[in-house]
Amino acid sequence: MSNALILLMGFGFWGAAWGLNIAVAGSAFGRTRTGRIFMPLLFGLTLLVLWEALVRALGVPPVILPAPSAIAAKFASSTDVLWADFVQTAVKGALSGFVIGCSAAFVTAILCDRVPFLRAGLLPIGNFVAALPIVGLAPILVMWFGFGWQSKAAVVVAMVFFPMLINVVAGLQASERMQRDLMATWGASYTQALWKLRLPAAMPFIFNGLKISASLALIGAIVAEYFGSPVVGMGFRISTAVGVLNIELVWAEIAVAALAGSALYGVIAIVERGVTFWHPSQRG
Amino acid sequence: MVVEAKNLNLVFETADGPVQALKDVNLSISKGELVSFIGPSGCGKTTFLRCIAALERPTSGQLTVNGMTPDEARKKRAYGYVFQAAGLYPWRTIAGNIRLPLEIMEFSKTEQAERVERVLELVELKGFGGKFPWQLSGGMQQRASIARALAFDADILLMDEPFGALDEIVRDRLNEELLKLWARTGKTIGFVTHSIPEAVYLSTKIVVMSPRPGRITDIIDSPLPKERPLEIRDSREFIEISHRVREGLRAGHADD
Repeated sequence: MSNALILLMGFGFWGAAWGLNIAVAGSAFGRTRTGRIFMPLLFGLTLLVLWEALVRALGVPPVILPAPSAIAAKFASSTDVLWADFVQTAVKGALSGFVIGCSAAFVTAILCDRVPFLRAGLLPIGNFVAALPIVGLAPILVMWFGFGWQSKAAVVVAMVFFPMLINVVAGLQASERMQRDLMATWGASYTQALWKLRLPAAMPFIFNGLKISASLALIGAIVAEYFGSPVVGMGFRISTAVGVLNIELVWAEIAVAALAGSALYGVIAIVERGVTFWHPSQRG
Repeated sequence: MVVEAKNLNLVFETADGPVQALKDVNLSISKGELVSFIGPSGCGKTTFLRCIAALERPTSGQLTVNGMTPDEARKKRAYGYVFQAAGLYPWRTIAGNIRLPLEIMEFSKTEQAERVERVLELVELKGFGGKFPWQLSGGMQQRASIARALAFDADILLMDEPFGALDEIVRDRLNEELLKLWARTGKTIGFVTHSIPEAVYLSTKIVVMSPRPGRITDIIDSPLPKERPLEIRDSREFIEISHRVREGLRAGHADD
């Protein structure tokens, strides 16, 4: 097949998919649940087809940008490596750091709420620390906690702690004055008001913090591995594979990271729908 | 006496200097009375109600509720408070909202269920317990909030413009229902409003207040009988009391 023909087929597919998407968006099918999933899927597929056609037709060297088919082949042939890297970085590093960091932030937020002195003292410092590029601390944390996943989890904890803290603190202020007055008229204790009113009212904020933290966690865990790790892990694999020009493997790792990140975000979004069903943004 | 205020003063410190919200307020409310507080905004009617509920602290003077300080009375759960808006928690069903004060006061599970059923019936919301607040109309939400205030059977009911945001037809019906409820339960009710007909229709005692500084200008003991059909609003006595209330309100404004 000539290069021009491949290019033509690529753009032809783009045009056809474009037309189909417009048709679907205007039709009754486009408003169904399947239709709403179909449209972005088709759009994604179009991007892949165009990518493949351009790389092949223009003869882009694989070192610069491999074709999606080559990446998929590499993905399929190295699942054991990808899995080991996934467990090391996403589960041990990112997920444990995410859980520890978010729980610690939650407890700290409650303490800040209970003790006005902490709120006045800790939150400004929190805002300052949140503005620090945490990734810059990664080499130091690797030095402190060693090459294993523990140092990666530590970086993730540092990254997610303050976004989460600030969201929970804001959430605890979210209940209306009248609702708090009601609690007072019933003679509710601090703990009762916290459990029955202020935490439920804070849930939209808490989930917001969790979603921000979920995307930060994976970034932190991967980047921290650039500064030292055992011979396993997504960040380790990306930096070494780039070194030996095994670019397909780098892209395969990026695909794993994207899937893992979306999955975590998706799970949080589903739980959020269940917990904050009452919020105007979820009633729809 | 259920509520007794002697020379009560309350000054709010604001950015524009002190504001006298209540000045030398003297008032006694005896058991089973339905007392309305009427006046323009800024006259201190809501502030006085909030003082009784221990949501505000007077600057000077004496205030007792059931012979205790308001804060002690609050901790003894002496009163139910109904706010201007229903203030139902959107993550709880109507029944769940009414159950909330009962959970906080640690009633047993069976007693909670019984009381929720009883007050739902009292405010004519039977069958709506499983709905969420945002699925009901404004009038129904307000009735649910009254049910919530009634659920734990406090002797005093404090209501701050509870029907202010509702249309006149719904308001008339809820006024009638409130009178029936009051007759049935014998509670002492404090009721804030800015509607003259509402105040005259409901009350055994009307407290007319005026602003800057917030103070009482007239206290009217209503001669109307306890039984009050809606038509009583066309009677001569009703019109006379309304007139006196209006005069009181105007007098309060004259020295502005």
